[in-house]
Amino acid sequence: MKSDDSPPHPDRPAGAVRLEGLAKSFDGRVRAVDGVDLEIGEGEFFAMLGPSGSGKTTVLRMIAGFERPTAGRVLLGGVDVTALPPFDRDVNTVFQDYALFPHMTIEQNVGYGLMVRRVPKAERAERVRAALAMVRLEGFERRRPAQLSGGQRQRVALARALVNRPKVLLLDEPLGALDLKLRHEMQAELKRIQREVGITFVFVTHDQDEALTMSDRVAVFNAGRIEQVGSPAEVYEHPATAFVAGFVGTSNLLDGAAAEQVVGETGLFSVRPEKIRIAHPDDPAGPDELSATGRVAEVVYAGGHTRFLVDLEAGGRLTAVRQNLDEGSADVLRHRGTDVVLAWQRKHTVRVGP
Amino acid sequence: MAPPPTAARPLRRAASVLHRRAGLRLALLLSAPMAWLVLAYLGSLAVLLLSAFWAVDDFTYDVERVWNTANFSTVLTEPVYRAIALRTLGIAVAVTVIDAVVAFPMAFYMARVARPRTRKLLVVAVLTPLWASYLVKAYAWRVIFSQGGVLDWLVGPLGLSSPGYGTTAVIVVLAYLWLPYMILPVYSGLENLPANLLDASADLGASAGRTFRSVVLPQVLPSVFAGSVFTFSLSLGDYVTVRIVGGKTQVLGTAIADNVTLNLPLAAALSCVPVVLIVGYLLAVRRTGALESL
Repeated sequence: MKSDDSPPHPDRPAGAVRLEGLAKSFDGRVRAVDGVDLEIGEGEFFAMLGPSGSGKTTVLRMIAGFERPTAGRVLLGGVDVTALPPFDRDVNTVFQDYALFPHMTIEQNVGYGLMVRRVPKAERAERVRAALAMVRLEGFERRRPAQLSGGQRQRVALARALVNRPKVLLLDEPLGALDLKLRHEMQAELKRIQREVGITFVFVTHDQDEALTMSDRVAVFNAGRIEQVGSPAEVYEHPATAFVAGFVGTSNLLDGAAAEQVVGETGLFSVRPEKIRIAHPDDPAGPDELSATGRVAEVVYAGGHTRFLVDLEAGGRLTAVRQNLDEGSADVLRHRGTDVVLAWQRKHTVRVGP
Repeated sequence: MAPPPTAARPLRRAASVLHRRAGLRLALLLSAPMAWLVLAYLGSLAVLLLSAFWAVDDFTYDVERVWNTANFSTVLTEPVYRAIALRTLGIAVAVTVIDAVVAFPMAFYMARVARPRTRKLLVVAVLTPLWASYLVKAYAWRVIFSQGGVLDWLVGPLGLSSPGYGTTAVIVVLAYLWLPYMILPVYSGLENLPANLLDASADLGASAGRTFRSVVLPQVLPSVFAGSVFTFSLSLGDYVTVRIVGGKTQVLGTAIADNVTLNLPLAAALSCVPVVLIVGYLLAVRRTGALESL
């Protein structure tokens, strides 16, 4: 495992969630989670990013208490809660498909946690009202979940969890069921709410954009392990492994002969597509630049930008991205089959493997 | 592929006629079941209702087609019949309550605790008794309840004895007979209950008991009512079990059977009582939304 060992967040005290050697196998066979160590700071917006089956949701469920770890410990605020049931843990969960109680009104759904904990009626009503106001759902108290849209249910689920003022809020792919526009809206909304309440958010997603745009730090999961932990910029600009380079952003790898010729070293290297400048074959590369000659194999016009897939003379293929500053689709498509030089700054070449 | 041989041509032509005419299609599809429903089911029900308004000659016991409502007033005012109706109702309610109480934990284990393999075995185990003859099962219970029988032998050491043939035996045997009809809907209701609702309840601080009361029960109650439609109506109409293990117990079923040969119109009027009770019960149950989960 190549996770960085830097402290969680410079200006925040550590220790909202601490995972030590966490492992989980199902039916004694599948190692869904295979030794996870992680420290999440107080007030952090933390993303657990990975493909499906990478173990991120299982880790979340072990923090919530729905799954008992096969090995390892879960600490919340420094207290070992590994053996505690979900209802004795000071965390709340926003479920992937919201898990609202269909037979209760919105008010009863949001107030459920308070009712169970015997919060007096007047205080309960006030807190439910405030929570619904926070997610901008005033006036929906008497409705039932079936009468709400997906985005509204999502807000109810959020209010139902936050009304209990947990130490940590766990979110399991909370935006996965929403369409793109609504998802962007809710991303901003979640950030605002997290700033307002100041609670630690632990957020599971398979969407790299979501993880990069929303979180303070990201843990990238693969096959039950953490490949890298760091800020979005660290994970994106300096991927620790080939998996991270490929999963967070476009896979753009140089290895074998291509690496030796272009980089001048043996190993596996990653370059981000937007760092690559597409130049005319006669243009010289700058002094701090690496360059590679090749032929444009494919041009993918994507509206705001165009992706150029270039087959290198040295072997392998790199993707370069260019903003469509003053070119239309007809112009860019003409580049197919032309010879080009790809150039990028040496510092943007990141070693991701031996 | 080559086109089908010419022999298939007329069939294809018929098919294309059907394809164009939706009304004809529907008529072909539904004519047989509709005929069955209207003639056999609604027809016999109408005849039953009609004959309840006829009379019987006091000497010859022949049915006379004289329009009168005497049979209904007999059924409603005669204390014997009122007692029989109430007893039948009580038996049906008792059977339903027992079945609900017994079925719930069983169904819960099947739907939420047992592993998939065990679950399948249990479903088969619940269904198996339905394949055995009703009479065989009733007679088996007759042996169990008999004096010096299995039950006596079992509870004897505790200083108890078998209740013998009577209302208690009827309730026990009917509850046994109809139990699968309660387990299956409750099982399917529990199985359809999303697991993450239980997680969510625990996550929000609810213990298992609280989750059961506030989340599981309200959502599975319609399934229980759906099952109760079977246990209730089957118990209300039963007459064989009562004859086998009921001793001298009279219920609506036996009262109807006793009157069929002597006073058919009275028997018809009597059989309107369970019909009315069941319709009333269905109307009450419908308000819970249970009929949607059938």
